[in-house]
Amino acid sequence: MDGIAGQKSSLTWAVNISVFVMVVLWLIPTVGLLVSSFRTPDQIARTGWWDAAFPVKQAFRTEASMDSLKQAADGSWVFTGNVLKDGHNKLSGADAVSAFGISGFKPAEFAPGKTAKMRDGSLLTVKRDGSFTVTQTDKPEYAPRIYFQVAVPPSLTLQNYREVLFADGMGQAFINTFTVTIPATIIPILIAAFAAYALAWMDFPGRGLLIAAIVGLLVVPLQLALVPLLRLHQDVGIGQSFLGIWFAHTGFGLPLAIYLLRNYMVGLPRDIIESAKVDGATDFQVFRRIVLPLSFPALASFAIFQFLWTWNDLLVAKVFLPANTDTKVMTVKIADDLLGSRGGDWGVLASAAFVSIAVPLIVFFALQKYLVRGLLAGSVK
Amino acid sequence: MSPLLQGAITIVLGVGGCVAYFYLSNILLDTVIFPARGRDPGRNINRANMVRPWLFLAPAIFAAGLYLAYPVFGSFYRSLFNRDGNQFIGAGNYFALWGDPAFRRALLNNFLWVLVVPAAATFLGLLAAQLTDRLRWGNIAKSLIFMPMAISFVGASLIWKFVYANNSQIGLINAIRAWLGFGAPIDPLQIPFWNNFFLMVILIWIQTGFAMVILSAALRGIPEETVEAAVIDGANPFQIFFRIKVPQIMPTIMVVWTTITILVLKIFDIVYTTTGGNFGTQILPSYMMSYMFRDDGRATAVAMVIMVVVLPVMVWNIVQARKELR
Repeated sequence: MDGIAGQKSSLTWAVNISVFVMVVLWLIPTVGLLVSSFRTPDQIARTGWWDAAFPVKQAFRTEASMDSLKQAADGSWVFTGNVLKDGHNKLSGADAVSAFGISGFKPAEFAPGKTAKMRDGSLLTVKRDGSFTVTQTDKPEYAPRIYFQVAVPPSLTLQNYREVLFADGMGQAFINTFTVTIPATIIPILIAAFAAYALAWMDFPGRGLLIAAIVGLLVVPLQLALVPLLRLHQDVGIGQSFLGIWFAHTGFGLPLAIYLLRNYMVGLPRDIIESAKVDGATDFQVFRRIVLPLSFPALASFAIFQFLWTWNDLLVAKVFLPANTDTKVMTVKIADDLLGSRGGDWGVLASAAFVSIAVPLIVFFALQKYLVRGLLAGSVK
Repeated sequence: MSPLLQGAITIVLGVGGCVAYFYLSNILLDTVIFPARGRDPGRNINRANMVRPWLFLAPAIFAAGLYLAYPVFGSFYRSLFNRDGNQFIGAGNYFALWGDPAFRRALLNNFLWVLVVPAAATFLGLLAAQLTDRLRWGNIAKSLIFMPMAISFVGASLIWKFVYANNSQIGLINAIRAWLGFGAPIDPLQIPFWNNFFLMVILIWIQTGFAMVILSAALRGIPEETVEAAVIDGANPFQIFFRIKVPQIMPTIMVVWTTITILVLKIFDIVYTTTGGNFGTQILPSYMMSYMFRDDGRATAVAMVIMVVVLPVMVWNIVQARKELR
């Protein structure tokens, strides 16, 4: 409505800014998760993800090597070495010491190049390039400890992802999620399409009642179904299994599928269907040759819904799948395993979460058009 | 057998079985039971056409009936029995629930959720729909606000754990507090009463996009003339929005509102993954899960309570749908 007089300029800025603020607010949590998933536990513990693009000053500890001990000409004993290159600290990319110290409490007490007196009287000097000397008069029996601080440049790592996918069993859970999702998406579509056609284009007594029943079933809380159906599954021998969860998702998804597809099919042009019938097509032929191809957008939008719903589901998976590692889906894995055992390991949690939301996000952004269409078919007339 | 292979076989069998059922049952109906020949072909065709809808509907009615309608009665029946299911105790489970402070807490919290989440999500969605409507980059903005819809509740809870973390190096809230100079970090999810609202924020964050998409379509459907007439009469943008546009899309607002309300009554994931129902954040669905696998009688009783809470919305939905049919 750009062209309407009197609705110009002064408000436009306010609108632009407020939408921008809203979008940023909506994005920040997800961005935080994404950034955190690429950071090492050390980085996460030391600075917030919002600082991920800046160098982090990190303190390290190292020990002078006894091998480097030599007696100088004046009789004093000297350790030499380089804090950045020796030892086991992984300091790739860091090339300057920003400060050093002689105790763990104050690892950054002295500027590089200065000389510090250690508790046992020996003198420590660490230069900016990391080289150090420790001088003392008596022959030392142990290697002195050196604390130093380095600005570690920002770096991203795939370590968390590797750990999550291969060590923590998320890889298996990922496959399980797919295994649950694909049949649970395809089968209800087929069943619902026939039912929707009958409700939309066939005349029979009780049709209105059935449609009302479908609308009613749309809102039945799944919680009701859990206990009686699990019992039923156990009685007929399915128990907790993939087969059981496929049936369950099929049943739970049907009302929405029928509702969406019927709403769409009712809107198809009457002429086409009636002329086909006049030409002698049976209902089955009309359905297969005309209604089904024309309903593709609605089929696609329900498929996306059902896919997202089954992929993201926690409740049904917890109840209808056995609780062992071989069959856990990702949501259960994250909620029950990782949050419990890895509660403090933020990097692993973040990458696990991202592995689980990556596929839905791809589906979402690739097929958003159909998703929106389906939503509208379901609620706006 | 590997689950993947099992899945592939299920797809083939399921799809093939469905197609075969529909195809064969039609042929059977047309050629064997009521063939269009013999003494009275016309009557047979009519009969076949009376049966056919039920052939098309049968699998759906069976599945939806078994998985959604039967449980309403099955759960009610089960809720009248004790923990092991071998002794009839009447309303015993319901009395026990009422006597449990945790249940009353959950009920109260659930009412809070039902009051706050649909209202906030609908309001924010309406705001976003109206604001993005005129923008050149409106579609991108919408798409980004809509995005959380694709994220699982578990994923969303984890995302927000990073916002609420009790550590000013991880949690955004505590980082802002530290930056503003407040003292030690706090855990927002342990602040009594208010933690409920922090959890609601997660669901509002997810559902705003849903509300926005639908309301945005509704706003576009408003006849231009009504807005133009208001402009000519000198209405300011706020008056146009609240007095002209909002009343016209009221039915859609109600649909969005009730849809989100239903969702709120089903979601246990958020509470389960963030606080596990501790710190006074229990709601009915998560309270039910705490009894699931332990005491089926109690669990089904909680499910029935949820059903009773949902009932008014269900009735309203059906009434609306019947109006549309006419």
